[in-house]
Amino acid sequence: MRRRLALTLAGFGALTVASCLLAPLVGSTSIHLSRVFDRSIPFADNVDAQVFFVARLPRVAAAAIVGAALALAGVVFQALLRNPLASPDTLGVAAGATLGAMLGLTAHADFTLVGVSVVPLTSFAGAVGALAIVFVIAAARRRGTSSTVLLLAGIAIGALLNAAGRFIQYLADVTDTFRTVQWLMGSLDVGSYAPILASLVPFGLACIGFATLPRVLDLISLGEDAAEARGVDVVRTERIALVSASLSTGAAVSLGGPVFFVGIIVPHIVRLIVGADHRLVLPASALFGASFLIACDLVARTIIAPVEMPVGIITAIIGGPFFLWLLFRGR
Amino acid sequence: MGAEARRVISIIPSTTEMLFAMGAGDRVIAIGTYDRYPPEAQTLPRVGALIDPNVEQILQMRPDLVVVYGTQTELKRRLERANLPYYSYAHKGLADITSTIRALATRVGVDAAGDALASRVERQLADIRARVANRPRPKTLLVFGREPGSLRNINASGGEGFLHDMLELAGGSDALGDIHRQSVDMSTEMVLGRAPDVIIELRYSQDAINRSDMAAWNRLAAVPAVKNHRVILLTGEEFVVPGPRVADATRKLAAALHPDAFK
Repeated sequence: MRRRLALTLAGFGALTVASCLLAPLVGSTSIHLSRVFDRSIPFADNVDAQVFFVARLPRVAAAAIVGAALALAGVVFQALLRNPLASPDTLGVAAGATLGAMLGLTAHADFTLVGVSVVPLTSFAGAVGALAIVFVIAAARRRGTSSTVLLLAGIAIGALLNAAGRFIQYLADVTDTFRTVQWLMGSLDVGSYAPILASLVPFGLACIGFATLPRVLDLISLGEDAAEARGVDVVRTERIALVSASLSTGAAVSLGGPVFFVGIIVPHIVRLIVGADHRLVLPASALFGASFLIACDLVARTIIAPVEMPVGIITAIIGGPFFLWLLFRGR
Repeated sequence: MGAEARRVISIIPSTTEMLFAMGAGDRVIAIGTYDRYPPEAQTLPRVGALIDPNVEQILQMRPDLVVVYGTQTELKRRLERANLPYYSYAHKGLADITSTIRALATRVGVDAAGDALASRVERQLADIRARVANRPRPKTLLVFGREPGSLRNINASGGEGFLHDMLELAGGSDALGDIHRQSVDMSTEMVLGRAPDVIIELRYSQDAINRSDMAAWNRLAAVPAVKNHRVILLTGEEFVVPGPRVADATRKLAAALHPDAFK
């Protein structure tokens, strides 16, 4: 097992490192590395350095975090709800984040918190708010909630929050509606490091939660009763999993918008490669999710240069067929 | 057709402005949700707008001409079914504004007034063009939207449409002139790569943007416009409504680009 873990981490780690190193070198403008790191040119005058450090590096970092966060949340939701179609979107967290973003966009408010602008803040608040509702429902039943009830409750809350979002959109100005549509397509062009650093707080907390999960998720995926018989505290596990996956989703959505496809597809791709053991699936999904989204964003910002494509379109265009190919290969 | 329209409904801000400016305001019986100009139109009933026209209300008011937007195909179909004549309008280039004024005037039956208005706008535009002639044309990025407090999801004018035409007439060279679209979604890398000499942000009102929000641009210090403090905020409805006030808007643009020419 230890050998397989090392091998998996090395393989997917190498992929992530390679994409992190390569992606900042490519883009719609051509830059020279010698100029990027030329200390004799003041930073304010060095266009190449600004393209590299202000435009591309934050973007690659954001893609890595969003990809990893959504993939991890996807793995956990799929295991917890024992449903292959579960995604970070399933329990209404995404709908909450979207509602938050819409409120931020239509309120024309302009405030920042530790360098993070209004829309990422409101969308994160929306995600946490949705989580709170789901959590109350889950906690309402003493002995844990059956995954079906949780799933259905999540769908109901998602529908409710979506309706609220549509209503706001309906009342809003056409230009605000346009901005919302744009936000919904997802964008990793964060333009500064502040939102990235801010997202590391919830994502870091989520990772601490995820770290406790691999073994119990394996047992839970056999069924709650079976897990309980083997000494798993199902209620506690469920709560840790819910909170971690929701924090992770909230961090991702506030940073990159709703590019949830990553969260459905990456766990499945990884399981097809490494098997179902969550000790392997969790870290491998984080690494693969990061490299997958970095690659998608690279395509998004170069394929129809000089203009760019929204990254959400690319994740689906690349991810869908790739997934199908994995499903049917060798048959 | 042919008969003068006496009961006109216009649900598009620019055509509402045109009708009032050509002196046909007394024939307008209802306007759109977002028609904020002129003041004398503000007491009229509002019957929806681009995405939510209230068809029932429109039919009930028994108009003899409805001015709709080109993409409102469903509304047009329903007006056809009700046998109501409509005029289909769409934002295009600068020249289309005055041609729309003339065409609309003909439909309403105030040809002479419409022609006078269109000619006046054309004269004003020609005057601006003359003032900025033979001056250097700074490479200008015309931004009309972005996420508040950040440089995310920047929308800028591409090489087509009335904003592009206004910028070129006002003595600027469009930084995105080679991209044949009205609106371009820009990344920070594109702004750095295009290196505009001037960045002009347009907003329909003061409320739509916080003045301190302009500091967001300072992150891109290598862009000449930022380095030379030529990031300019212009607010006013006339920038987003391609109607008879287009000459005022163009003049403000030209004055921002060439302050010496408008002293």
